[in-house]
Amino acid sequence: MHYEAPIREPLINGEKSYHDITVDVARPVETKAPRMWWIVFSLALITFLWGVGCILYTIGVGIGTWGLNKTVGWAWDITNFVWWVGIGHAGTLISAVLLLFRQKWRMSINRSAEAMTIFSVIQAALFPGIHMGRIWLAYFVFPIPNQFGSLWVNFNSPLLWDVFAISTYFSVSVVFWYVGLIPDFAMIRDRAVRPVTQHIYKLLSFGWGGKAKHWQRFEEVSLVLAGLATPLVLSVHTIVSMDFATSVIPGWHTTIFPPYFVAGAIFSGFAMVNTLLIIVRKVFNMEDYITIGHIEMMNIIIMLTGSIVGVAYITELFIAWYSGVEYEQYAFLNRATGPYWWAYWSMMTCNVFSPQFMWFKKLRTSLIFSFIISIVVNIGMWFERFVIIVTSLHRDYLPSSWSMFSPTFVDIGIFLGTIGFFFVLFLLYARTFPVIAQAELKTILKSSGENYKKLHDKDGQH
Amino acid sequence: MTKMASTENKVIISALYDDDDILLKGVKSVKAQGYHIEEVYSPFPIHGLDPAMGLKPTRMAITAFIYGVLGLATSIALSYGMMIVDWPMNIGGKPSFTWGENMPAFVPIMFELTVFFAAHLMVWTYFFRNGLFPGRSAQNPDPRTTDDKFLMEVELGRKGSKEELLSLLKDSGAIEINENSK
Repeated sequence: MHYEAPIREPLINGEKSYHDITVDVARPVETKAPRMWWIVFSLALITFLWGVGCILYTIGVGIGTWGLNKTVGWAWDITNFVWWVGIGHAGTLISAVLLLFRQKWRMSINRSAEAMTIFSVIQAALFPGIHMGRIWLAYFVFPIPNQFGSLWVNFNSPLLWDVFAISTYFSVSVVFWYVGLIPDFAMIRDRAVRPVTQHIYKLLSFGWGGKAKHWQRFEEVSLVLAGLATPLVLSVHTIVSMDFATSVIPGWHTTIFPPYFVAGAIFSGFAMVNTLLIIVRKVFNMEDYITIGHIEMMNIIIMLTGSIVGVAYITELFIAWYSGVEYEQYAFLNRATGPYWWAYWSMMTCNVFSPQFMWFKKLRTSLIFSFIISIVVNIGMWFERFVIIVTSLHRDYLPSSWSMFSPTFVDIGIFLGTIGFFFVLFLLYARTFPVIAQAELKTILKSSGENYKKLHDKDGQH
Repeated sequence: MTKMASTENKVIISALYDDDDILLKGVKSVKAQGYHIEEVYSPFPIHGLDPAMGLKPTRMAITAFIYGVLGLATSIALSYGMMIVDWPMNIGGKPSFTWGENMPAFVPIMFELTVFFAAHLMVWTYFFRNGLFPGRSAQNPDPRTTDDKFLMEVELGRKGSKEELLSLLKDSGAIEINENSK
């Protein structure tokens, strides 16, 4: 029953018992925050507040405060929106798709990856909201009659599909995350010494007691949620890509967008998971749970999805030429050689070239190198969205209205603000939530723990 | 407290284990002797425990299916009511006279609402059936069972002898045995 081939590397290093896992996972919650945490948290908070200021300024004055003009009507806001939604995808992929594929290495990273999903979808959802200009009319997106008269939302519109997709995705992710968190909150509740902590975790854990029937339901609910979340996560970026693909703008009007966007989303999401977890494992001494093997697995996925994205870029170029449509051809020629050539080639370098280093085992098992590549990939994926949006718009059918886009301090402030907000949420999470799904992890200790694997080898029995 | 004549106080023997495999063997041997296992509390799901205890398979997945169908029906009703009956619109010349013609454009919403209903309502059902809600006090009698201990509660039936059960539990590897009544 508890057996895994000895050739597989252990997923939990060191001489760990069930109790050790409990202690290690509860430690960040039970101890005081180190000084570094306060420094990073303050920085993130200041950036966030600056972003809030810029958002309030935008709402008060209007989106004329951004660098948009008549030709480039979508720029950083939609770029940031797509970027953040894309980052979110890795969390669901790890918790849902890897669950369906029975990939046990997901267990020590799924909690943080899902947290990342939820926090980045919050950032993403901000942008369409403020881009509306009149945010107090945001209820127009809900299926209620506009002005409470007789005009309804348009179910034919990809933008409305997006509303449904993002809100379903966000709320289902939260629920999936919370169902998994309940047993871990119960663990912290049962260890809590201070009455305040006891009370808070009692509230959060919903009274979980780990009864056999409840665990049976837990496992089935997790499996069904994974089954639902898998097509859901693919649908979300598909629908985001349809915001572009169903239009008639050269450079946007392509059928390759849905798979290409989904691959790009997974690509950037895994990069962000790597960025966060390389720090988390170090700061919280969780190297035994989030091993080099975990980082390597994620690097392989980054390499694979990066290559898929590369194929998509080249396919786009080929199809533009093959279509024989001169506007389509110009859109792509302009991307690569026009005034935004630097954005295009940054995208190509970061997304297609840099992940190829991961073919080398030495590089993909190096933490420093993985960290650098994860940042590079995220920069590249931001440029990808910028290239798709701005370079397709800035030279339209009428050369007299051709223009360039330059961001104002408000554009930059809101973007940085969302990065600050994301880290504020993630840092708070890291100190108050069990960052590893310890209940799940305990189920694989006997099959994938280092000490148990050695024991199997020695006894030569299963 | 007054007691009805037909019901007796249940005597529950609880045995604490420190390993899931030993617990599972214990469950099987206790079950083989014909005792009823009231409950098992564990820090993580143990595979093979529910058949050993004689638990029926859960019907959570069936509820999800029913809720999903409900979500699909809701999305059809919404799109039909709003786009076809109440206020048909000519958008880019797309067919809008019948729901069937317009349906391809509604597929994303139909999918999203199916998932939305199935996921959320299933989780509500899960909370309801498990009796989980914010502020509920811990259901496990021993706080160690969310850490690394496993607790089995066995009902001492009318015909079972206590000594026999206690020695059975001791032999199965229990590290602590307590008696309490419910």
